[in-house]
Amino acid sequence: MSQKVKFEGLPREMIALRVSREIKEGSYVNLGIGIPTLISNWTEGVDIVLQAEIGMLKTGSLAEGDDVDQDLINASCQAVTALPGSSYFDIVESFAMIRGGHIDIAVMGALQINARGDYAGWSNPSRGLFVGNVGGSMDLCAGAKKLFIAMEHTTKDGELKIVNELSYPATALGKVSMLFTDLAVIEITPKGMVLKEVMAGLTAKDIQSVTGPKLIIAKDLKEIEL
Amino acid sequence: MAINKICETFDKAVADIPDGAIILIGNFAGPGGTPYYLIHALARQGAKNLTIIANTAGGIGLTVDYEDHRILFENGQVKKVIASFPFSTSASKPSPAEKQILAGKVELELVPQGTLAERIRCGGAGIPAFYTPTGYGTTIAGQKDVKWFDGRPCLLEKAIKADFALVRAYKADKKGNLVYRGTMRQFNPIMAMNARVTIAEVDEIVEAGGLDPEAVVTPGIFVNRIVKVEENLGFPRHPERSFWVKKA
Repeated sequence: MSQKVKFEGLPREMIALRVSREIKEGSYVNLGIGIPTLISNWTEGVDIVLQAEIGMLKTGSLAEGDDVDQDLINASCQAVTALPGSSYFDIVESFAMIRGGHIDIAVMGALQINARGDYAGWSNPSRGLFVGNVGGSMDLCAGAKKLFIAMEHTTKDGELKIVNELSYPATALGKVSMLFTDLAVIEITPKGMVLKEVMAGLTAKDIQSVTGPKLIIAKDLKEIEL
Repeated sequence: MAINKICETFDKAVADIPDGAIILIGNFAGPGGTPYYLIHALARQGAKNLTIIANTAGGIGLTVDYEDHRILFENGQVKKVIASFPFSTSASKPSPAEKQILAGKVELELVPQGTLAERIRCGGAGIPAFYTPTGYGTTIAGQKDVKWFDGRPCLLEKAIKADFALVRAYKADKKGNLVYRGTMRQFNPIMAMNARVTIAEVDEIVEAGGLDPEAVVTPGIFVNRIVKVEENLGFPRHPERSFWVKKA
């Protein structure tokens, strides 16, 4: 795709809100750095247990003022609060939860994703070597029951992020089931990417123009409801 | 002689770490649970050609810029680092380790976080290797042996064994039993279990019997030396007010 099209999409907070609607009460959820972290702003009052891989279950809202405590931080190194029912544990137990299939949903950011549900998010080769900060991302992909991606549809420069083949190193192959962007909601199925929802004011054709793989248009295609 | 693991100073506690030692350092990405004083004692002590095993390679600048083990890289004491999150989060502010890795001065072994945790645990638990699904199909897999279990491809990962562990805990008793506070626990208990010599930096040391046995996370068998943080240095548990957070 030679010409770069760029649409004004939803703000990051709204992508997070849309993802939050997909998380059922009672779920155990791990949120990655970036847009996924913002999802916690939309789950207050809903009984969703957030896991911080540093070693905490049921993290509360971000801490402020005198509540800030260096021994109470989430995996993004943000000071958080504890809630009734919170628990602490070490890193081995934390990854037993993650790898052992106990986390219902992991939501991650991505640099690239393809129609097979492969995604790249840990290494940006423009940085130098073909390595990066892998952190816990590959373990989450190996063990979470469902993997969602929340990201901007294209790069700031309008480069495609939803591509036919990854050019960046993969984080995991064939694991992503849902993709939430500032322009669309896409389900990843064995047949390919199914366009389920589009931002108000855009058409399926618009979305296809900024998407590498050929989209399957859902019969009940609708606007993203916020 | 009765067991008493108290060491009077941080400098004495790290005095016998030789050049070329393999050292585990408790750390995640923020200030809590990092043995700040032991790290700085090791920097003063000056041992070289170290292999450092920690979650980050120091100075990654996630949300709080704080003093961690970056000083060991700044001092040129490190020849190899084994980590899951080795690079700065900001490309425009590369960490000392990152510059040395990209320049080929420090060797990097990049390990997914859960695999790193399990390799450290196994090293302490007498398990030489294990298979994990994490990283299959990625560049992390490299030449690692692949075996299928229950229809899933898994990678063979080998245990890590270290000479020393520098860990951070909340309280110790004289016998070396440790308890933690909040999210400071992270890698510290498994690192304590792993190393030939484990040195723990703590806020408080109590007599035997002063810790609830039900609450002990790291039993004293895994701990060789304990050193108390000096109270006169102050230890506000507040990231922005803490004296060892770098001023912007």
